[in-house]
Amino acid sequence: MSTKPALVPSSHETISRRGLFMKLGILFNGFAAMVLAVPVVGFLVSSVTRGRGNGYLSWVPLGPIDEFPEGETRLATFRNPNVMPTDGKTVDTACWVRRVAGEKFQVFAINCAHLGCPVRWFPQSGLFMCPCHGGAYYRDGARASGPPERGLFEYPYKVENGLVTIQAGELPTPGAAIASLTGEKPPCAS
Amino acid sequence: MRILIGKIGLAKIGDWFDRRLQLAAPIREAAEHPVPRNTASWFYVFGSAALTVFLLQLVTGILLALIYVPSASEAWSSLQALNHDVALGWFIRALHGWGSNFMVAIVLIHMVQVFLFGAYKFPRELTWIIGVLLLLMTLGMAFSGQVLRFDQDAYWGLGIGASISSRVPIIGPAVVKLMLGGPIIAGATLSRFFALHVFVIPGMLIAFVGLHLMMVLKLGINEWPMPGRIVKRATYEREYHALTRQEGAPFVPYAIWKDLFFAAFIILAIAACAFYFGPFGPTGQPDPTIIQTAPKPDYFFLWLYALLSLLPPSMEAPFLLIGPALVILALILLPFLSGEGEKSWKRRPIAVLTVLLIAITLGTFTRFAQFAPWSPQMSAWSGDPVPARFVQGTTALERQGALVFQFKQCRNCHSLGNTGGQRGPALDGVAVRLTQDQLIRQVIQGGGNMPAYGNNLSPAQTTALVAFLKTLHPAGQSPARDASRDIVLGDSGQNASGQR
Repeated sequence: MSTKPALVPSSHETISRRGLFMKLGILFNGFAAMVLAVPVVGFLVSSVTRGRGNGYLSWVPLGPIDEFPEGETRLATFRNPNVMPTDGKTVDTACWVRRVAGEKFQVFAINCAHLGCPVRWFPQSGLFMCPCHGGAYYRDGARASGPPERGLFEYPYKVENGLVTIQAGELPTPGAAIASLTGEKPPCAS
Repeated sequence: MRILIGKIGLAKIGDWFDRRLQLAAPIREAAEHPVPRNTASWFYVFGSAALTVFLLQLVTGILLALIYVPSASEAWSSLQALNHDVALGWFIRALHGWGSNFMVAIVLIHMVQVFLFGAYKFPRELTWIIGVLLLLMTLGMAFSGQVLRFDQDAYWGLGIGASISSRVPIIGPAVVKLMLGGPIIAGATLSRFFALHVFVIPGMLIAFVGLHLMMVLKLGINEWPMPGRIVKRATYEREYHALTRQEGAPFVPYAIWKDLFFAAFIILAIAACAFYFGPFGPTGQPDPTIIQTAPKPDYFFLWLYALLSLLPPSMEAPFLLIGPALVILALILLPFLSGEGEKSWKRRPIAVLTVLLIAITLGTFTRFAQFAPWSPQMSAWSGDPVPARFVQGTTALERQGALVFQFKQCRNCHSLGNTGGQRGPALDGVAVRLTQDQLIRQVIQGGGNMPAYGNNLSPAQTTALVAFLKTLHPAGQSPARDASRDIVLGDSGQNASGQR
């Protein structure tokens, strides 16, 4: 077989017709990849971009105000505002509602401020206790003991037409506490 | 048909295929490549055992996927169907679950063996680094597999994962939404972990296992380390080839029979565990409104569960975020920091001590996590009565104090007669340790990890409770006394609150 010199570039300065086409081909594929990358990346991070600002948060009702006796803390459940057909039971979330007096409430997330395990309320000792790593909180949500570095997360609430309503929709985590939306931390246990 | 095959001969059929595939020669070459004789050892079987378990996981995983439904509303019921309705579904689930435990264990043992035998040194640095990546992928499979068993533990385990991720500075909240596929743990979360567990990580595992194996073949299996035989970059490859030429033996069948025996033994061990102990879970339904749950991670993450309870709160975030990065970095840098020198564990005392230290640490944390002395026992106050001997011969006030002790859930954290929580100290002999004043102060103000009960106890309740606590001392040992009170108030001083 005789080699055709035209197929092989003779030096680095000259470029053959096929060599040029190959480079153009790579460039063309790079362009196609970029065109595709925009929607692919957009799809991948859509769960983040949708949540910008208050994107996921909505006001959801917990129940009539009469269901929460003054001075007591009761378990309430609400349906997450964003529901997908395959969510099953996971869209129902629990929270602790403390009616301090009149229309003054505190609505605590069920998630421990340490690592998110569900805290339980013990009215006799006036404490929330976490079953995972032993965090404990006072009745006003302030940290009492254990590994949590802060008090329980609180949902912003309002009472409208006799309904207790909270602003919910995101899993409260130590890094993105929904409590920060209210701009206030639980008062210190006196 | 049989006659026909007999006439043409199997060899001819084989030839027909090999003419087209051209695989026989490279396979024979790989199988018969010479290995140092002393590597035909029972210490060298863990890599092939890990591969065997990986193949078992692939097969059982595909079998489970025939029934399993990766939907937050159906996953739990499809697991129940596998356990109870589908013939032998429970056994396939058990094989996959026990296979995962065995795989993590074997990969770790393989890693320790490679480390102690100096096999990560020149020229096998990249083989080690890919091995580190394979370990991370194996752990990723273990965690994502636990999520696919979509039960209460999986649900709250995801919450723990989200809480840890959220602590990453600045991008934490975005990482959480990326991980959960939305703002909460729901359907998208499970689908996402399904894609990771079934497509992404296994695909990477297959590719990297292939690379890992190819490098073992090309670079040769690590020779048995001899004390004093020093690895030098300039001479090692020549020495290794001389070694395999002089005293090498073909890998098949000289060394492989031990791998085969061990692989079969491991498969049978997994099958035996699966048969006797059955599948893992699922525990309760993944319903976030059921809060009567105490989530615990699977066995190989128990040490982390313990660590998260025992670290001081301020240390936690840096430890969780920087710790893993440092460990991975150290593992990847290892072959570059000690790529030459002694291979034998007999001349590497620090290496041996490091392995022992890590093993003992992980073992201790795992053991701790099994009985979790830091978690309050949520039902101790109502479920474990004060043992009778603690209230025999006590006054009415002291018995009232015992009632307060139970009713105010002190028992959830403090044990009496070895029942109750272990979060706080056992109170069987508390009166010997604390005087009456100290008891009152501790109850009302708390401190040292105990909540303050001042807001929650009436003065009468506090008096009764402290009266009961003062009776808690071993027979023959008197309760602690504040000597200064004797001097100031006379003998009546200690009895000011109606004590005996």
